[in-house]
Amino acid sequence: MTPASSRDAPLIELEGITKTFGKGEAAFQALRGVDMRIERGDFVAVMGPSGSGKSTTMNILGCLDVPTSGIFRFKGIEVQALDRDQRSLLRRRYLGFVFQGFNLLARTSAVENVELPLLYRGENKSVRHAAAMNALDQVGLAPWADHTPAELSGGQQQRVAIARALVTQPDVLLADEPTGNLDTERSIEIMQLLTRLNGEGITILMVTHEEEMATFAHTIVRFRDGLVEQVERGDRGGTAGGA
Amino acid sequence: MFGATLLLAFREIRRHLLRSFLTTLGIIIGVAAVITMVTLGNGVTASIKDQISSLGSNVLIVFPVQGDRGAPRSFKQADVEAVRRQIAGVEDVSGSVSSSATAFHNGQSWRTSVQGVGNDFLRAQSIEVELGRPFSREEESAGKNVCLIGPKIRKAIFVAGSSPLGANIRLNNVSCTVIGVLKERGQGGGPDQDSDNVAMVPLKMAQRRFTGSSDLQYFVIKYDSAYSSTTIQDSLVGLLRERRLLQDTAANDFNIVDTAQVNQALGAATGALTAMVAVIAGISLLVGGIGIMNIMLVSVTERTREIGIRLAIGALAREVQLQFLTEAVVLCCFGGAVGIALAFFLSWGMATVIDVPFIFNPLVNALSFLFSALMGITFGYYPARRASKLDPIDALRHE
Repeated sequence: MTPASSRDAPLIELEGITKTFGKGEAAFQALRGVDMRIERGDFVAVMGPSGSGKSTTMNILGCLDVPTSGIFRFKGIEVQALDRDQRSLLRRRYLGFVFQGFNLLARTSAVENVELPLLYRGENKSVRHAAAMNALDQVGLAPWADHTPAELSGGQQQRVAIARALVTQPDVLLADEPTGNLDTERSIEIMQLLTRLNGEGITILMVTHEEEMATFAHTIVRFRDGLVEQVERGDRGGTAGGA
Repeated sequence: MFGATLLLAFREIRRHLLRSFLTTLGIIIGVAAVITMVTLGNGVTASIKDQISSLGSNVLIVFPVQGDRGAPRSFKQADVEAVRRQIAGVEDVSGSVSSSATAFHNGQSWRTSVQGVGNDFLRAQSIEVELGRPFSREEESAGKNVCLIGPKIRKAIFVAGSSPLGANIRLNNVSCTVIGVLKERGQGGGPDQDSDNVAMVPLKMAQRRFTGSSDLQYFVIKYDSAYSSTTIQDSLVGLLRERRLLQDTAANDFNIVDTAQVNQALGAATGALTAMVAVIAGISLLVGGIGIMNIMLVSVTERTREIGIRLAIGALAREVQLQFLTEAVVLCCFGGAVGIALAFFLSWGMATVIDVPFIFNPLVNALSFLFSALMGITFGYYPARRASKLDPIDALRHE
């Protein structure tokens, strides 16, 4: 992944990304020059100890944060130059998020949670509903469409969250420790779901602590002290970028 | 998009129904107070104007007051005659005395008042006789024992449907013949006096049998509308001062009330009252608005994660702002609507109790509602702005 690609325009390209939090003596450099390329269709697991910079990198890749310096190209767009609303539009258009804590809206039915991103795309009610039901069907939760998060198990909630990320048919799905709150059996179900989605063409970027979950990825990027320490091509083949 | 935002706002309010209600209480009370006071004020003004116009236009009322030389000196019939003869433009003039009395008939008794007047008084005050006839010249000059009874007396001591005309009733211990029934005039007609609960008798009879003196308590003048009130009043003051032998330096020991002036004074008093109510309501609404802002800030804090989720999936800052602003506006409009409904029942009920007409004022109601919405925008702006400025990463981490 890191070596120069044979393809001209990788999906994601990081060049010399740094990120410093705070100012003066309290300043903390979370990223110290990260270079990375991610090709379309890859399934990347980002690993590393706490404070290694993996979360900061994910926030930048998710267009939620901007680097202090360096260049971040997403589909050829230089994201670091965009303002807040432009980045929102980028997220709305191309990205889907899955979080460790599921982050579903409480007291709101599964199908309404899944409809939410479409609301901001200005789709009308019937289009939203049809797309949301379709996404729930993809994660096997169509029968639970009317249940609120409190009425669903953790694994089911995470699948609703995945459906919400999928409903806009994003190019990239960013998953921040998606199995962190689940037991092994549920975790494997979620990973199988992600693998299937990846097989359907969605690029997946996943932060995880668990080696077992990382084995589902094609590529493992290990962070340490604000730098990419190691990049492992998995043995599962697939569409990973790189040479 | 806006429809969905509106729907969301309704849902949030429904989720916290009690909280929403308590939050909007300030606005509810403010709006209800304004509308109730304006509606009742209109009713009272209309009612008083009605009474004043029932006194007749171009009418002056003259009564003695304490002068420089002690106790008020009453007017006499001679003063009335002098006014009638000597002041140009006077059409009718009549003195009046009154006294409380009990009316008896057929074993029924009723607390009422006896008023001694002449036919001139009836004309000056536009009092109509609904049934029967006014006093005859002879009855007036001789002070005969006849009376015109108010509709309330008729209702109280006569059998419904029977004609009181020609019947003898007793007023205290004075027997007199009912010659007519007065037309209903509604409340008022003077302090402690109900214009429908009065027995009118010839002035002389009242002076002889009830007050026991030839004094007049006050007299009324109806003047030709071709003359101005000031002209008549000036001549009247001159004449009365002369007749009462007042020195040039002495103050008038009588008062002249012009119903038109009363009307003006009433307008001024109502205006001042309305202004005061507006200030109180303004304070109430300000406090209510601060309550709205406070609860919206709480709501933003409570829903930080939700805001984070919305931002992460691509909501624009202004969309988040619109959502919270809509919520504040809907909340305030809800308060405004409840306030309007409350005001409707309050003002209707109070108008009934104090017996003034209930005059629904659509403008005040519409303005109050618009003002409520405006308060939502004013006091919801800052919390909504704050929500929209949240950093999605921090917001998502918020517990």
